[in-house]
Amino acid sequence: MGKTTIPIGPYHPLQDEPEFFILTVEGEKVLDIEVRIGYNHRGIEKLSEMKTFDQSTFVIERICGICSTSHPFAYTRAVEDIIPIEVPERAKYIRTIIAEGERIHSHLLWLGLAGHFLGYNTVYMWVWKLREEILDVMEILTGNRNSYAMFKPGGIRRDIKSEDIPVVIKKMDSIVPTLEMLKKAFIDDPILHARTKGIGILSKENAINYCALGPTARASGVARDTRKDSPYGAYDKVEWDMIVTYNGDVFDKLVVRILEVFESIKIIKNCFLNLPSGEIDANIKDIPPGEGIGIIEAPRGECFHYVRSDGTNRPVRHKVRAPTFMNLPTCKATVIGEYISDATIILAAIDPCYCCTERMTVCNNIKRKKIYNGKDLIKLSREKTEILRNKMGVK
Amino acid sequence: MTREEVLCDLRKKFKDDVIEVVDKSPKRVYIEIKQESLVKVVSYIFKDLKARFNTASGVDMRNHMEILYHFLIEDINLLISLRVKLQKPKLEIDSLVPVFEGANWIEREIYEMLGVNFRGHPNLRKLLLPEEWPGGVCPLRKNYKEWDENAIRDRGV
Repeated sequence: MGKTTIPIGPYHPLQDEPEFFILTVEGEKVLDIEVRIGYNHRGIEKLSEMKTFDQSTFVIERICGICSTSHPFAYTRAVEDIIPIEVPERAKYIRTIIAEGERIHSHLLWLGLAGHFLGYNTVYMWVWKLREEILDVMEILTGNRNSYAMFKPGGIRRDIKSEDIPVVIKKMDSIVPTLEMLKKAFIDDPILHARTKGIGILSKENAINYCALGPTARASGVARDTRKDSPYGAYDKVEWDMIVTYNGDVFDKLVVRILEVFESIKIIKNCFLNLPSGEIDANIKDIPPGEGIGIIEAPRGECFHYVRSDGTNRPVRHKVRAPTFMNLPTCKATVIGEYISDATIILAAIDPCYCCTERMTVCNNIKRKKIYNGKDLIKLSREKTEILRNKMGVK
Repeated sequence: MTREEVLCDLRKKFKDDVIEVVDKSPKRVYIEIKQESLVKVVSYIFKDLKARFNTASGVDMRNHMEILYHFLIEDINLLISLRVKLQKPKLEIDSLVPVFEGANWIEREIYEMLGVNFRGHPNLRKLLLPEEWPGGVCPLRKNYKEWDENAIRDRGV
């Protein structure tokens, strides 16, 4: 039988991000795969060298809408590593809360997409409806659904109000029963078993060889989590468990993610209960010459930032390594030898990161054209948050 | 193995290869090594010390080029950064892909962004930049100008 080449992408209805996979198939079997990336390359590392340390935080936040906490978190830790300085306790706890909120909504996003990829759109709709509730919680805490702008070198920008906390905890509790139901729907469903079990296996040796990270590695039995191995924030002060499974197939990656959502809820609630009072900012004045490294566990795996300073107010070099950079090459080990119908879910199983999400604004009709400027948008956004706060009963 | 044992071991084993050890903090160590001994040291750190390769970052220092290879030993929470200095204009170093697959993409990125050649890399071509990007124009070098005429013309702007 002859070989056929099947291109997937760069723009494909199933993908949310431009990526180009070239599959070589013989019949139904995948013989080879080639990945081409770079369609979303925006030169942010170079851009960061032209901004001051404070401005860079905002640039870095826009690397990705879903990971809009992970990148500033790693970056601020890298800057704090140059000095070196410890951030105040309260800031550590609030950072942890925001990071875990992001993990919940990111994992839910992937679980929904996984259902979509498998043609199981009921799961997709249910999970994304639940994700909205988490985004509402994040809006109450930070004022925004994504791109929270909470981080700055030395601490955080805004404090969490004490009257918000009971409402947020109540909301968190209220989503747990739905999550339990979804967990059963994922773990016990025979259709999902048939589509995901034993498919796209990443062996432990390969996970180590490819230096895979996060849930991708943990599903292959590599018990590594930056939150446990090199604790930061409040992760060493609250109780939680690392989720590890051993088969390395798509199903195990799915199980790791859904169980991690429960752990994240546990961490957030523990953080709120033990939230210390005090300062939220260490007030950094100058950044001395030197170099620093910040590593944190993003939803998709370890996020790595390297910053070098020469004593001026701008970084000389800022290296960003997102987790998907290490996880995506593992498709060479997982896709080859599988059927082409399974290739999409295997490629999606590492949770490739979206580069950017945008919030939409209403477009006006042609006759009464109104153009929103920055101030109008901020006003609209504040009004929306105010409506939400009233709805959730926050004073 | 504790942190001190690891560092002592590295110093003893690679006496002739290590140039300088900077013990920055309990979690971070920067070790400068000779460029020809890179594969030897990395093999030991990756295979015997069971470290995980984080990434490599190339820094253009105008007179020379630095490449830092970051390894995290999770059991003792120690991040070792191996520093290699390459003198301009001969920017060449051994590839790490024969040791582990995880270095494949990052070496391709450093190759296109900073113009460093990796000896023994199985597939050294562009990763992020478009195919028609002019050869020899490296965006992360300090002498790169956004208004570089050739680059702009070839991109069709």
